[in-house]
Amino acid sequence: MARINRPVSRRQSWWLLATALAAFLPLTPQIPLCLALAAGTCFALRAALTWKQWRLPPRWLLVLLVAAGTSAVFFEYRSLVGRTPGVALLVVFLALKLLELRAARDAISTVLLCYFLVLAQFMFTQTIPTALLACGTIIITTATLLAASDDRPTPIIQLRRTLLMLAQALPFMLLLFLLFPRVQGPLWGLPQDRTSAVSGLSDTMSPGSIAQLSQSDAVAFRVQFKGEVPAQSQLYWRGPVMPAFDGRSWRVTQTLGAYPVPPYVPRGSSVDYEVTLEPHGKFWLFALEMPGTLPPDSAMTSDYQPIARQAVRTRLRYTQQASPDTLAGINESAANLRAALELPKEGNPQIRAIAAEWRQRHGTDATAILAAAEDLFVRQLLIYTLNPPLLGRDVVDEFLFDTRRGFCEHFSAAFVFALRAAGVPARVVAGYQGGEINPVDGYLVVRQYDAHAWTEVWIAERGWVRIDPTAISAPRRINNNVAAAVPAGEPLPFLARSDLAWLKELRNRMDAVTNGWNQWVLGYNPQRQKDLLQSLGLDAPDWRSMTAILTALCGAVLLGLTAWVLHQRVRVDPALAAWQRFTRKLAKRGITWQAWEGPQDFARRASHAAPQHARAIHEIADLYAQLRYNPNTDRASLSQLNTKITAFRP
Amino acid sequence: MIQSLRNNLREKFIHWALRVRSPEPAPIILVQRRIYVLPSRAGLAFAAALVVILLGAMNYNLSLGHALVFLLVGLGVVNILHTFRNLALLSIRPGRCEPVFANGLARFDVLLENTRTEPRISLRLQIGDAAPVELDVGSSTVAVAPLTVPALQRGWLPLPRVTLETTWPLGLIRAWAYAVPDMRCLIYPAPATHAPPLPWGGDRARGPSREGRGTDDFSGLRTYQVSDAPRHVAWKAAARQQDGPLLTKLFSGASAEQCWLEWDALPIALDTEQRLAILARWMLDADKMGLAWGLRIPGHRLPPDNGEAHLATGLRTLALYRHGAN
Repeated sequence: MARINRPVSRRQSWWLLATALAAFLPLTPQIPLCLALAAGTCFALRAALTWKQWRLPPRWLLVLLVAAGTSAVFFEYRSLVGRTPGVALLVVFLALKLLELRAARDAISTVLLCYFLVLAQFMFTQTIPTALLACGTIIITTATLLAASDDRPTPIIQLRRTLLMLAQALPFMLLLFLLFPRVQGPLWGLPQDRTSAVSGLSDTMSPGSIAQLSQSDAVAFRVQFKGEVPAQSQLYWRGPVMPAFDGRSWRVTQTLGAYPVPPYVPRGSSVDYEVTLEPHGKFWLFALEMPGTLPPDSAMTSDYQPIARQAVRTRLRYTQQASPDTLAGINESAANLRAALELPKEGNPQIRAIAAEWRQRHGTDATAILAAAEDLFVRQLLIYTLNPPLLGRDVVDEFLFDTRRGFCEHFSAAFVFALRAAGVPARVVAGYQGGEINPVDGYLVVRQYDAHAWTEVWIAERGWVRIDPTAISAPRRINNNVAAAVPAGEPLPFLARSDLAWLKELRNRMDAVTNGWNQWVLGYNPQRQKDLLQSLGLDAPDWRSMTAILTALCGAVLLGLTAWVLHQRVRVDPALAAWQRFTRKLAKRGITWQAWEGPQDFARRASHAAPQHARAIHEIADLYAQLRYNPNTDRASLSQLNTKITAFRP
Repeated sequence: MIQSLRNNLREKFIHWALRVRSPEPAPIILVQRRIYVLPSRAGLAFAAALVVILLGAMNYNLSLGHALVFLLVGLGVVNILHTFRNLALLSIRPGRCEPVFANGLARFDVLLENTRTEPRISLRLQIGDAAPVELDVGSSTVAVAPLTVPALQRGWLPLPRVTLETTWPLGLIRAWAYAVPDMRCLIYPAPATHAPPLPWGGDRARGPSREGRGTDDFSGLRTYQVSDAPRHVAWKAAARQQDGPLLTKLFSGASAEQCWLEWDALPIALDTEQRLAILARWMLDADKMGLAWGLRIPGHRLPPDNGEAHLATGLRTLALYRHGAN
């Protein structure tokens, strides 16, 4: 107990300051500037206290500061629980704890706080650089713990000891990581601030909203195909379906799951794949047409859009099966078809007139009207561009007959408008189109700039049929990618460009590493654990068998480490060993050597007891004394001693 | 009540823990089964923190959070081994133990031998509730742990049970062992503060015992020998010629006084301990004055002599006078 109350030494204060900085600095982007500055002030004060050896601030002042800090955090976030306020609170405690380093106990609590801050860092990012940074923090923090119990060694020695101990801890970490029975979180409700704004498709589409996404090369999701990768032009990753139109923007109407299983019968060949979806904060799960099965914890809207039960706030992995030949919506409900025909009462008179003419000519023949609409798009010579001119009130008319320049949202919106005006049910579908195979690990990477919008047209007997009006004017968008389709010189994210091959190659490699990290480290969940154990030959892994294996393996590691750690490297002086052999011989005659007896003294005593061996005893004792106490003896005298002792028979 | 029960249990545990009958023959080697390991208070806090971190990692599905917890769990396990190893196979031997007067502090030098090539760091030795002695034992060396015990009464004072403990390296785990090295310290009776004057002049010397070896009248100088008392060194002469050899002052013993310190000379009213205290005081005074003194107490007789060895013999005789344990 005396140790707990031992005051914190100067060296220990420096260590604690270093560890607090190591834990605090990576978090600075996540906390408000004023808090970061206040914490920085505390650290500087700590440095001054240690440097000048001033007295610590009185306890009542610290209590006041803690109360002030806590209430400041509360007023900033209106809460003390949750990720960001929690981290802010931890930072407040850490900064003030540093001003209260009185006893070893305070040092321990500071170190524990720093471990918590490492965890807090992971709540914001878990990338490889974060992990490396956290490794550094853990090393410094552990070295501080070491210094808290013995502050005499130099920092180099402390760090070396720390590294040795952490290296010995690594096998345990690996075993526990792989085999510790995992529980799928959350254990209790996640605070609402768990995800901050992430880029991705939104549930409305207005002119320019997708063009905006095309400037981002962030990964939307990655796909691993079980078999052959379908053709690029078939990779339509269906996202939010938007049937509602208010004259300017298109909107999702279905947010709840209507079907627990797909309401249609999958037909024809199927494609198996696994999607690793980056968090986007919305409910929808992207899938190729048409999903044959639904991932666990998901349902399907009446638009045939798979949606998760909870918003996708963490990286999500699900397997899917697509059957491209499936006919979906043959028996579509009247309500849905009515919704797919609704148009604002006014606006866009030009296209309305043309549509009325189609209707007159083709009646209810949806196929013929569709062909007419496609023909109109071809004739208008529309230009696919990232920089479409701003549109006024009649967005469709202006795009089709005036500016004739637009991005996919213009194309799909105009197409759906035209069909609806002609009495054919149609709707806008947003999602991603295409993707790029990373040759390093074979994953198809779909990025935000692959965001796209197309249309679905309902035709009797065929159900909902996908029509991509963009493909009419810019087939290269579908067969290649955005960069190939837009005019040269338009700003595009660097990865979307097709030049700079070597940089792309580099980026591909980095992306493959990131993906491996995501799949195997961050995405190591109960399912993956089960798969791994099954592939290792364990039939039905449950927590019991896992615990058994884990215990056995950890025990084996522990035994190995124990043997290594307790291994005694005892080097017995050969002269002493010889002398002990000699004294054992004499002990059999009843003359025992006492450890405190010098060789000469013992020789005198022994020769009294056994006068017939006096000469030999004295010779041996003299030789031994020479070997032990004269630094200039050689190996020859050692062998001489050994010979004499061997020959000695009392 | 509860306190006494706890103490009782503790004593029983220690009794069981020691297993061998104390005191033990040297060297005492702290083999595995003699070492106990339990988490310290800091260790419990560490474990609690790990549980909280694990719950957080589970709740937020933080893979790296899991990795962090598991690394720290591994660190805790490795720390147990290191703490254990810091104490394991340490060899304990009795060292020097100089006699002291009662009411002083008996100092037991316990030798800790490390046969390993790695040093043992921050070992603490503690007797009872006294302040612990903390020390390191370097690689393949022997370190001396000076343990002090209050000397309360004359006679032999055995070294009480010693607790050896360490929390190195991380302070999360406490490993400890008990040992009772076979050591005892001779405690002289405390010299009386108020004693009758030294009984001297009763016996005259019959002649010079050894020429020039007395301590009374200065008779010349000779070169210093290792066994000469420091107070007979001619320090002034040494200071005058800095490179010269040390010289020892010789005294003529012709007029050296002899005195007998006698048990029976003391008033009958005094009890044994008081008599011994006065005799001890007289011995010290006589020695300081350079007298050749003899001792007569029931059952023992020391012929007159002087010098440190003689003083030690005299005090030892007093210390062990009718002492129960020899």
